[in-house]
Amino acid sequence: MSIRDKAYIVGVFEHPTRKADSISLAQLHAEVAHGALADAGLSKDDVDGYFCAGDAPGLGGLSMADYMGLRLRHIDTTETGGSSYVVHVAHAAEAIAAGRCDVALITLAGRPRAEGMATGTAPRNYGSTAPDVAFEAPFSPTVVNQYAMAAMRHMHEFKTTSEQLAWIKVAASQHAQHNPHAMLREVVTVADVVGSPMISDPLHRLDCCVISDGGGAVIVARPEVAKRLKRPPVTVRGAGEAVKHQMGGQVDLTYTGARWSGPAAFESAGVTPADIKYASIYDSFTITVLITLEDLGFCPKGQGGRFVSDGNLIAGVGKLPFNTDGGGLCNNHPANRGGMTKVIEAVRQLRGEAHPKVQVKNCDLALAHGTGGSLATRHASATLILEAK
Amino acid sequence: MAASAPKIPAPTSTPETAPFWEAAAKGKLLVKSCTACGRAHHYPRPHCPFCGSDRTEWKESAGRGVVYSYSVMRRATPPYVIAYVTLDEGPTMMTNLVDCDFDALRIGQPARVVWTPTDGGPPVPMFTLR
Repeated sequence: MSIRDKAYIVGVFEHPTRKADSISLAQLHAEVAHGALADAGLSKDDVDGYFCAGDAPGLGGLSMADYMGLRLRHIDTTETGGSSYVVHVAHAAEAIAAGRCDVALITLAGRPRAEGMATGTAPRNYGSTAPDVAFEAPFSPTVVNQYAMAAMRHMHEFKTTSEQLAWIKVAASQHAQHNPHAMLREVVTVADVVGSPMISDPLHRLDCCVISDGGGAVIVARPEVAKRLKRPPVTVRGAGEAVKHQMGGQVDLTYTGARWSGPAAFESAGVTPADIKYASIYDSFTITVLITLEDLGFCPKGQGGRFVSDGNLIAGVGKLPFNTDGGGLCNNHPANRGGMTKVIEAVRQLRGEAHPKVQVKNCDLALAHGTGGSLATRHASATLILEAK
Repeated sequence: MAASAPKIPAPTSTPETAPFWEAAAKGKLLVKSCTACGRAHHYPRPHCPFCGSDRTEWKESAGRGVVYSYSVMRRATPPYVIAYVTLDEGPTMMTNLVDCDFDALRIGQPARVVWTPTDGGPPVPMFTLR
């Protein structure tokens, strides 16, 4: 079943907070939901499909439906870490195309900063029943040192350098200076990035994303609903998703699931990487962006370092403007999950509502890509191609 | 490991992984191998993740391999090295590199298993350079 043009993104909202000391998790979810509904010109009573992931409190979708007073005929709580919300947009389009719902609400929220969470540098506990736990937890894998191993291998195989990785942060900071909500608004240089403290070789502090509270929401609706609303129309043109893991011990850290989700998305959309005017690329770390760009086909495998250098990702300067809100590297990374904000900034670009300093001219086709989990062990990749109509 | 390194919690043994940990207590590294497709995998499962067969058996590894990738976690106190080591038998396994010069590590270096005690459980397989 093709989803092309079967569903529209009619509302988006990004929470302005970056530290939510006095807002509960459920309230954050509700605030972003109502923000996106207001953006669309809809009310909560128009929602008949709800999507959320592991960041939602309590019983997830059930608790949030109860809290917000939603009356649902479709629910999807697919959990693929930070890429969940990119997956959710595609699943919402599929559900709408199948007649399962008319207006789908997708929410994300979290407050790791208020809770003092050492997001990237402390080992995470996914429960003692995880089949890998006895064979990994004793070695203290953290988010950062797992991505660092992917970076180390990429450098080994392709001569990628820290300076090339730094260009990704430089581009993000060039964009973040125009975002009043961004956590890091100071423009940085390659020297600043490689001169920042080493966290886990070869990733420096400035190769890492920020830790922030907040959230976001997206409303996806069937064309008949979208046509009576006043927001600039954005359609879901194509999507792909994939899971990559250790493959029984045949570990290869030089590529991600984007190698599969990207071609699937491009094929379903009937376009190629050369057609994309703007890309939101999940940026938990600089290396995440570099490997993903290769896997999506924006450059050949191993050429990512060269591709991102010299400002090629900077709006108005390079060939592929990316993460014009400052991304996870500078703006925010609510709930340690960056997929939602990737979709939101792509929609802003397609509507022509990005900051004027970073708005891509004639932006009619955009890509949003999420990576959830860890590159080095198990992760989900999700690619979405969106179009301004 | 340095004396100040935190104690490693005892790994949880399950019925399907008990032989691995019983061998570990004797200083032997086991890998699961499939008699249907002939391929070895890690971490160990009853069903082969390559062909799906349940005809898997334990085989003793020589405990030798090469460093596939690594990272020195400089931020930790004390710093430690997370790594993937590719065993001569085929599978690549997550581990720590210990008792070596962290600043001289390179991908592709030969490594051998060393057993590191845990807090009240069997030792876990770490690696050092050889």
